[in-house]
Amino acid sequence: MADPRETKAEDGSLPGADPAMSAGPRGPGNGADRWIVPYAWLMIRFRWLVILLCLAAAAGFASGGQFLGFSTDYRVFFSKENPQLNAFEAMQQVYTKDDNILFVLQPKAGEVFTEKTLRAVQDLTERSWQLPYSRRVDSITNFQHSYAEGDDLTVEDLVPQRGDLTPERIAAIRAVALSEPLLLDRLISPDGRTTGVNVTLTLPGESEAEVPTAMAAAREIVAAFEAANPEITVATTGLVALNNAFSEASFVDLSTLIPIMYGIIIAGLLIFLRSVAGTVVTVLVIGLSAGTAMGLTGWLGINLTPPSSTAPTIILTLAVADSIHLLVTLLHAMRHGASKQEAIVESLRVNFNPVFLTSLTTAIGFLSLNFSDAPPFRDLGNITAIGVLAAFVYSVTFLPAFLAVVPLRVKQQKKADSDVMQTLAEFVLRRRQFLLYGMSALVIALAVWIPRIELNDQFVNYFDPSIPFRADTDFAMENLSGIYQIEFSLPAAAEGGISEPDYLAKVDAFSDWLREQPGVVHVQTITDIFRRLNKNMHADDPEWYRLPDERDLAAQYLLLFEMSLPYGLDLNNQINVDKSSLRFIATLENITTREARTLKQDSEAWITDNIPASATEATSPFVMFAYISERNIQSMLLGTGLALVLISFSLIVFLRSLKVGLLSIVPNVIPAVMAFGFWGLLVGEIGLASSVVAATSLGIIVDDSVHFLSKYLRARRERGASPEDAVRYAFATVGRALSVTSAVLVAGFAVLALSAFQLNQSLGLLTALAIFAALVADFLLLPPLLLAIDKEKKHADQPSALPQAGD
Amino acid sequence: MPINPQRFPRPVTSKTLLAAPVLGPALLLLVAAGTPAQAETPEEKGLAIAEEVDRRDLGFGDSASTLKMVLTNKQGQSSTRELRIQTLEIPERSEGDKSLVVFDHPRDIEGTAFLSFTKILDPDDQWLYLPALKRVKRISSANKSGPFVGSEFAYEDLLSQEVDKYSYRWLRDEPCGEAAQGLDCFVIERFPRYENSGYTRQVTWIDQQEYRPIRIDFYDRKDSLLKTLTLRQYNQYLDQYWRADDQYMVNHQTGKTTRLTFDAWEFRVGVNERDFNPNRLKRLR
Repeated sequence: MADPRETKAEDGSLPGADPAMSAGPRGPGNGADRWIVPYAWLMIRFRWLVILLCLAAAAGFASGGQFLGFSTDYRVFFSKENPQLNAFEAMQQVYTKDDNILFVLQPKAGEVFTEKTLRAVQDLTERSWQLPYSRRVDSITNFQHSYAEGDDLTVEDLVPQRGDLTPERIAAIRAVALSEPLLLDRLISPDGRTTGVNVTLTLPGESEAEVPTAMAAAREIVAAFEAANPEITVATTGLVALNNAFSEASFVDLSTLIPIMYGIIIAGLLIFLRSVAGTVVTVLVIGLSAGTAMGLTGWLGINLTPPSSTAPTIILTLAVADSIHLLVTLLHAMRHGASKQEAIVESLRVNFNPVFLTSLTTAIGFLSLNFSDAPPFRDLGNITAIGVLAAFVYSVTFLPAFLAVVPLRVKQQKKADSDVMQTLAEFVLRRRQFLLYGMSALVIALAVWIPRIELNDQFVNYFDPSIPFRADTDFAMENLSGIYQIEFSLPAAAEGGISEPDYLAKVDAFSDWLREQPGVVHVQTITDIFRRLNKNMHADDPEWYRLPDERDLAAQYLLLFEMSLPYGLDLNNQINVDKSSLRFIATLENITTREARTLKQDSEAWITDNIPASATEATSPFVMFAYISERNIQSMLLGTGLALVLISFSLIVFLRSLKVGLLSIVPNVIPAVMAFGFWGLLVGEIGLASSVVAATSLGIIVDDSVHFLSKYLRARRERGASPEDAVRYAFATVGRALSVTSAVLVAGFAVLALSAFQLNQSLGLLTALAIFAALVADFLLLPPLLLAIDKEKKHADQPSALPQAGD
Repeated sequence: MPINPQRFPRPVTSKTLLAAPVLGPALLLLVAAGTPAQAETPEEKGLAIAEEVDRRDLGFGDSASTLKMVLTNKQGQSSTRELRIQTLEIPERSEGDKSLVVFDHPRDIEGTAFLSFTKILDPDDQWLYLPALKRVKRISSANKSGPFVGSEFAYEDLLSQEVDKYSYRWLRDEPCGEAAQGLDCFVIERFPRYENSGYTRQVTWIDQQEYRPIRIDFYDRKDSLLKTLTLRQYNQYLDQYWRADDQYMVNHQTGKTTRLTFDAWEFRVGVNERDFNPNRLKRLR
């Protein structure tokens, strides 16, 4: 890293560059320490070069930030192998792949059916044709109303372009709209007070800019409409709005959470470290780490999603821990009389290995997210792992080099600052039995609440009400119709087979059954169109509002219907190309994904029982989300298990103790159990975030036990301390640093609760809970456990006076 | 769906439109002679080309052909329909031609017949005969831009191209391209004058030798490219009338295509207005 040739002229007057001092005030270290000390001196000697190289590297990586983009497709939450995604895409292959924007309009005065409002709806309908990528606009005003007068069949706009809308005419329009299955509960509410203008879009899918472009144009149209019609409330929803909300939520998170995080970290550091230089260097290290990770993300061409856009916030939080451990030792050494450079060397000597190991375990925990079925979490894991490893590198290069340059002053201090920790250590030693049983009882008491957690992924609720999409969609669901849908494709016997009366009767029975199901608001079925045409072709005789009873007649009605379709509409969204299968779309109330799973299973069972030839799988984006948590939990079980094995193995190797390494599994596993139990007790419902918390928190919380156990073992091995004294030593040396880092981590993850995206809120709160639980477990449960398994050993070495800290 | 005509300002002024029929014949001579007129505006030149196309097709009387229609979606799944088309030329410039379409395949729509009297700027007159119902229904609809029996062709693309349905503007001359190699084309823009049209404009390539349309680009209401029609395999009948046996429409927005394959062309088979009477639809076979 440092090239000596370049630094010859740069700094020949480095004071105190004496390798003899490298062993530090505490005498010789163990094997690994031997190369760290010269390394630390190297960092100090070539400090300017190290600083320059670090800044140049960070700038090079961070320049990739210009390529960072935001994903604008809900599909990114599903892997290519996801069976529900594949089922849905197969459906879209057979029928059409449409996106939509739905404008929901509600006159404040009440009734939609007034001349003024109808004309306003008509105007919005016309303007909406100008939306980029739009292919079709549907509203009550341009609905193709067909009616018969003798042998004349008229097809025309339900609301005529010209002429007066007399009260009689409006009453007739209202009657048609409220009795038309294609409109009622879809584009007009049963009370006639809310209506919708639905824009069908076909996005080419070539760039992430398509969705924001369409959405920006939609907002312009809405703004103009609202200015012209202040008495009408407008809400904007639909799939395009949903997709746009993902990028907006990501952007909001990036722009709000990161400054908050910096604020908390700076305040926390100033309080805990009482050192301006220490605070500055820490902020620089975490900034460089986050910048490096996000820049690399840009270079790799990963588009940000709401989960992965929390990565910088998480990196800031995690990177702080490295600096804190280094600085606490360093400042402590200086307060006890060491020179700055001695303190830097000592701090690296003591902390290099633990910091490396904790970075490694944290990275393993996050890398295990690659087992997730949801790619945004894989991205989150990879970006964070990069950031954590970058933080390690900057912490052992930039941090010592920078501190070697800047002035660093501390007040000399004789009195130990770990009184609280001593008291805590004595308490734990005194009440070890009580703590062992008490903690076990607490863990079990919390664990029983875990089964109470219900998985729910109503994706609209992923968004915080501060995101316009959420409020608008809630409005649409309350006033007009549902946003969630479930779709079925029912195959008929052969080409053209959908016209067989037998088939039509059966699928019609299915749509009747479906309409009866709880939570179903509307069912779109072509059988309603057959009925209407049959009536139209029999001079509008209501007697004939029934299915045609011959195949030829049905086929000819279909031809007639195809001929009457307006611009931009075809049958392909409901009928496949060779007319051998029909698609049914049920629109649902705001039901939970558990209810959706029930509806899916019941519907499939009904079809298998009643139309076995048409057995099918229900699908839709909502169905995809209904299974997303379960599927991710299953895939993450393996990932989390593997992370646990790898992390425990790392600990065994690092601690050079199988027994203690295995013991560490206990305090590393129970925090997640406690956190989920707490969640089950207090919240009860969770979505996709649940699947990854165990893995991410594992990598973080293991740090506490690494630091605690390494100090415990150092005391046992190097000083031959008794288990009790080793516990005292561990509390004295790392108790404070662990409290500080845990506080920063809890605060950092709690900041995610302010996210605009519910998944991130749950992820942050659960992880914060787990980190807090880990600190409790490491302080209150780990020592009693250590004493329980370690007590029978005899030690020949004489007990030595224990240093307060810094070893 | 009807749309307010003011929303799409057309580049052709009403003055040009009024002048066009007067100036038309004179300009036509100039264009036909290949000497560009000094004072000719692009609008006048475009109209003149369109009128020459129309003039060269005048007098065919009536025609009949069979037609195979293959609809294919983005995934390559396809379905086929077979039908017969008869067209009766109506010489008056103010009126469109009359067309009769009879479906032969698939079997369940066999004998379904569709009769249409094209209008220039008004909704067409349409009648439909459904054999399973054994009744002729008159269909009143302002909609000419809807898909013709589910294909990528709209009624207005397929039936009766009349000069006065559009206003015109000549854009440039260039080689016709792939569909008619070696030929040079006029490229003219035309703007539908029918207020319910689904298009803002169409860009057409017309070969300079025979004045046949080679390619048409259709632009939707927001002026995005919607479809491209390519016409190939032209044959000449009665030593005058060119008909393309292969017409291929690609929808760029949905990825769907429709190929029309014409066959068995006959001209002047001797039908007259009486055969294009709604009451006779039932007796067609």
